[in-house]
Amino acid sequence: MKSLVVYRVHRVSITILIACLLLGTILAGCAPAATPPAATGQPSADNKSAQATAFPVIPGTPRFKIATTTSLYDTGLWNYLEPMFEKKANVKLDIVYAGTGAALEYGKRGDVDALVVHDPEAEAKFIADGYGINRRSFAFNHFLIAGPAGDPAGIKGLPPEQAFKKIYEAGKADPTKVKFISRGDNSGTHSKEKLIWQAAGLKYEDVQKSGPWYVEAGKGMGPCLLMASEQGAYILADISTFLAYKGKVNVAPLIEQGDLFLNVYDVMAINPEKVKTAKMLPTANTFINWLMSDDVQNTIATYGVAEYGRPLFNPLKGGGCTEPGCPKLADYTVPVK
Amino acid sequence: MQELWQALVQAVNLIVSLDPEVIEISLRSLYISAASILIAALFCIPMGALIHFHDFKGKRVVINVIQTFYSLPTVVVGLFVFLFISRSGPFGGLELLFTPAAIIIGQVILIMPVLTGMAIGALSGVDKAIRDTAISSGASSTQAMRAILFEARFAVVGALILGFGRAISEVGAALMLGGNIRGYTRVLTTAISLETQRGELVLSLALGIILIGIAMVVSVIMNILLQRY
Repeated sequence: MKSLVVYRVHRVSITILIACLLLGTILAGCAPAATPPAATGQPSADNKSAQATAFPVIPGTPRFKIATTTSLYDTGLWNYLEPMFEKKANVKLDIVYAGTGAALEYGKRGDVDALVVHDPEAEAKFIADGYGINRRSFAFNHFLIAGPAGDPAGIKGLPPEQAFKKIYEAGKADPTKVKFISRGDNSGTHSKEKLIWQAAGLKYEDVQKSGPWYVEAGKGMGPCLLMASEQGAYILADISTFLAYKGKVNVAPLIEQGDLFLNVYDVMAINPEKVKTAKMLPTANTFINWLMSDDVQNTIATYGVAEYGRPLFNPLKGGGCTEPGCPKLADYTVPVK
Repeated sequence: MQELWQALVQAVNLIVSLDPEVIEISLRSLYISAASILIAALFCIPMGALIHFHDFKGKRVVINVIQTFYSLPTVVVGLFVFLFISRSGPFGGLELLFTPAAIIIGQVILIMPVLTGMAIGALSGVDKAIRDTAISSGASSTQAMRAILFEARFAVVGALILGFGRAISEVGAALMLGGNIRGYTRVLTTAISLETQRGELVLSLALGIILIGIAMVVSVIMNILLQRY
């Protein structure tokens, strides 16, 4: 008798479960299912099905996704540029905040349609592997080495590679006094840091393992500056993020001159022939050309002047970048097709 | 510590002034977590009932496994779902990555074990005597089950509130699956994480206070509803 009851209860609950599964599938399904996946993969067909699912979505506006380096985000430049592009191209611009390493990975997987990055070597490899196309440059700034105003390692005014050597030695000798915060996240800044260690005649692996003075943060530029400020540590930072955080952090710029300090921001599209899921090449091209346009270049030239007394980034237009390593004229003037 | 007071003032300011961006982010948080808990509840409460009312071999093991998944790390769920819905993953064609729907999927998976386990616990907590009385007084098995579910309602609603809390407070899956896109997938937790990174500590704290406020309102409403019935 009892087992019969258990059996009946069991059957009822199975019925409920199945009903719920069905209902759940319908509920969960109707949102994405209303937008059939664009199966064609034609690069020419802009992705109108990406208007996706939920609040607050304006139906019919395609979503164009980019991954951008953290410095352009932490400085607030994207907040400023985003509505300009949305209006111009009639898309929703979705900006994902990621260091260059992560951004390139999103690109390879086709999860974004364009990249804004600043790591020339990694970019060159990305393009050589066929993932990226139509690379152009649109802005530049410089790196600097900042640290506690007391400068315990005594690096002020040295060339960057010598300064790194001194920080390394002083940090190894006394990690309580001298620390260095590394981004440690495969970002463009992290790549630049590795280059400087190399120029200082040190192997990066050795630096990494040489003791507690070397702190790998694994965070964006802004958070690392805050960390350096908390710990009284040295740090390699781009000048734009440094300026934007100046009021919030207690580290002083110690070295601002150096051949290795040039930092160029590039934009590129994901190649739909290699990454079959990238579908918005035309919009990506519009985006690239828009970043090189007078409109944006003039905006970059003035962005931050009111607040910081100088622009946070330098536009390439007008040939302001003259040092070795600057992009060629064609790289920032010839529109992509 | 002065920040705490400033944050409280700013939180009140943001709410009173109906700051459009904060309202939008808060509503999105609420909407995403509510959707997650509803979908998860549809699966999990019947699932819990199924496991509770049915005696089968390995039942303890199943319950143990479910309870183990209480400690599912949010970033692992995020990564797992990411690989599935990334455009080069098996469900890439649905274009789900970096959308609110992606966050909902992640959160549903995250809270399913908690909800199922808590539902089993809730039903187990009902006095066996109630079930026996119901059956011996001639109730059908359906009626008996309804009686038990009714008796378990406080614990079930408690489970729902817990699940909602886990959903609205998690940041790992929301960040990885939503991408923290302004005006689209930015929710309270990812906004707090971003503002902290930017060094806007007071604003972050204020958003945190708003999040707690939402959780409080939800729990109070649930409890009022519960007392009515």
